[in-house]
Amino acid sequence: MMKRTQPDRDGHFGIFGGRYAAETLMPALLELEAAYRAARKDTAFKKEFSFYLHEYAGRETPLYEARRLTETLGGAKIYLKREDMNHTGSHKINNTLGQVLLARRMGKKKVIAETGAGQHGVATATTAALFGMECRIFMGEEDIRRQAHNVFRMKILGAEVIPVAAGTATLKDAMNEAMRAWVSSVRDAFYVIGTTAGPHPYPVMVRDFQSVIGREARRQILKKEGRLPDLLIACIGGGSNALGLFHPFLGDPGVAMTGVEAAGKGLDTTLHAASITAGRVGVLHGNKTYLLQDEHGQVRDAYAIAAGLDYPGVGPEHAWLHDTGRARYVAVTDEEAVEAFVALSRQEGIIPALESAHAVAHAIRTVSAMAKDRIVIINLSGRGDKDAETIAESREGKE
Amino acid sequence: MGRIEERFTALNKEGRKAFVAYLTAGDPNLKTTAELIPALEAAGVNIIEVGVPFSDPTADGPVIQAASQRALKKGATLEKILAMIAGLRRFSGIPIVLFGYYNPILSYGPERFAGDAAAAGVDGILVVDLPPEEADELRRYSDPAGLAFITLIAPTTDPKRARKILQGATGFVYYISVTGVTGTAVPRPDDVRQDVERLKKMTVLPVAVGFGISTPAQAATIAPLADGVVVGSALVRLIGEKGESIGLIENAFSFAEEIRRAIDAATTGTP
Repeated sequence: MMKRTQPDRDGHFGIFGGRYAAETLMPALLELEAAYRAARKDTAFKKEFSFYLHEYAGRETPLYEARRLTETLGGAKIYLKREDMNHTGSHKINNTLGQVLLARRMGKKKVIAETGAGQHGVATATTAALFGMECRIFMGEEDIRRQAHNVFRMKILGAEVIPVAAGTATLKDAMNEAMRAWVSSVRDAFYVIGTTAGPHPYPVMVRDFQSVIGREARRQILKKEGRLPDLLIACIGGGSNALGLFHPFLGDPGVAMTGVEAAGKGLDTTLHAASITAGRVGVLHGNKTYLLQDEHGQVRDAYAIAAGLDYPGVGPEHAWLHDTGRARYVAVTDEEAVEAFVALSRQEGIIPALESAHAVAHAIRTVSAMAKDRIVIINLSGRGDKDAETIAESREGKE
Repeated sequence: MGRIEERFTALNKEGRKAFVAYLTAGDPNLKTTAELIPALEAAGVNIIEVGVPFSDPTADGPVIQAASQRALKKGATLEKILAMIAGLRRFSGIPIVLFGYYNPILSYGPERFAGDAAAAGVDGILVVDLPPEEADELRRYSDPAGLAFITLIAPTTDPKRARKILQGATGFVYYISVTGVTGTAVPRPDDVRQDVERLKKMTVLPVAVGFGISTPAQAATIAPLADGVVVGSALVRLIGEKGESIGLIENAFSFAEEIRRAIDAATTGTP
């Protein structure tokens, strides 16, 4: 049976997931799991979460038929799930609202988070401001440089942004430092992880909070088309927007799903972030999953033009979906992503986040081969204003 | 009886406490690590924790992070570290605990690792990110190979969980004396006393205390409260500062000797 919506008691999806954490954190993880289990069953919590998703984040987001892109490609009909239209500009707010509401319920007054592109950092800082909580965001120095705009936003929102210089000074290093900060403040701080990775219960919790994407998309497509889609496409860094879209469709055997990793400068180089496509099973940040690593088990630095995909691991549920064959995973290069970024901007008037542009790029290269009566949903996980400079740099001299 | 148990039993008979020293293998290079260990033993260290460097040491503070990076740059691998230990075993009987993170072991292959580590003369292993909930995938190989599986107890571990952890513990119990990463905070003696007393009621295994002890004075304060003290970051800092320069071994020796004297002065005569 392909469908399994729950990991086992200790958070294992097949051989993946689990809780590979230092003892200092174990009691906090067990406490968090118990608190989340209780909250999940509590109607008041669900109501509160739903209230903020609608009234504050601005849900539901549209499922928009991309007519010009569909016409140009001449294949399947393309819909865009417009997560870019959420408050703060990406799907990340779905998860931070869920986790910060849970933190409040647990009586925590401080939150900490890691961020890559800054989207999760901004969403966490926003949610912390909304509920008057103290907020510390760990961010790699390289990402601070690449995403200066988001750093300003976090600071305006009252968060403290802590630069991390270790390693390649990107998301992995920010997460290491956030985990250390959590170890040192575990009694009063809540760690808001931004993706479906980390030790159990994070992968499950983040997936559940993000599943609103897929639940809405399912309802919307049934209303518009009277049937389920044939294919879902989403980009994968840690994998939260993809799992949010995929998860409510896992039990529908007719719905294929493709996760798109960052192939960076190419899979034949070391400059990519394609953990499933080119990694090996390993343990990092509290879970077992596919990991970019050398032959001695040292984690390699990931690279992607999109800071939000620049992570050497991937959520354990994706690793499991890959191994069971339920979802397919492919990779798209920087160049293809940048082309897709421009194509969507010019053809639909929608500037996608560079992360989401990876999903668009895969659609561009596959959709034309699909019959016209087929339906594809692309998760447009965020908006691309933050990437204007990166695009300008990468296209310099090309026009 | 293994070397770890023998060492604690012998010390106990003499009314002395164990001095456990941690160093990161391969910093400044593996050859020097192989020289440092006998020097530390000669200075009165009873058990050596050999740190296996990892790219993402999330339970370690800046000192051990930096040492791990240096060691990796110098090419330290699990395989070479085991070979270094096998070399030491030709003349040293000091109990050796491999201390590290799970991924290098997983990558090496847990079964092959257990066999090779035991054959090299490793006595115990301490895998920071392998709590009892996940430990079976390694212990199914390391227990039969005769490797002690050293478990951690933190200040955040409640008594119920501590009892469960201690049921499966072997070798000795490592009590983390601060709620934090290695080498960044100083333990509070009253808390340590209380927690160790509680642990001693739950287990017959020796209890060693570590994670924040860096000076002879701190070692002297903590030693009477437990069966042993672990000094890590302070020694690693010293090694990092000296690097490959002349005098490293002598400096490490003097530092360890000072700690040894402080421990003995604070505990001599205590039963």
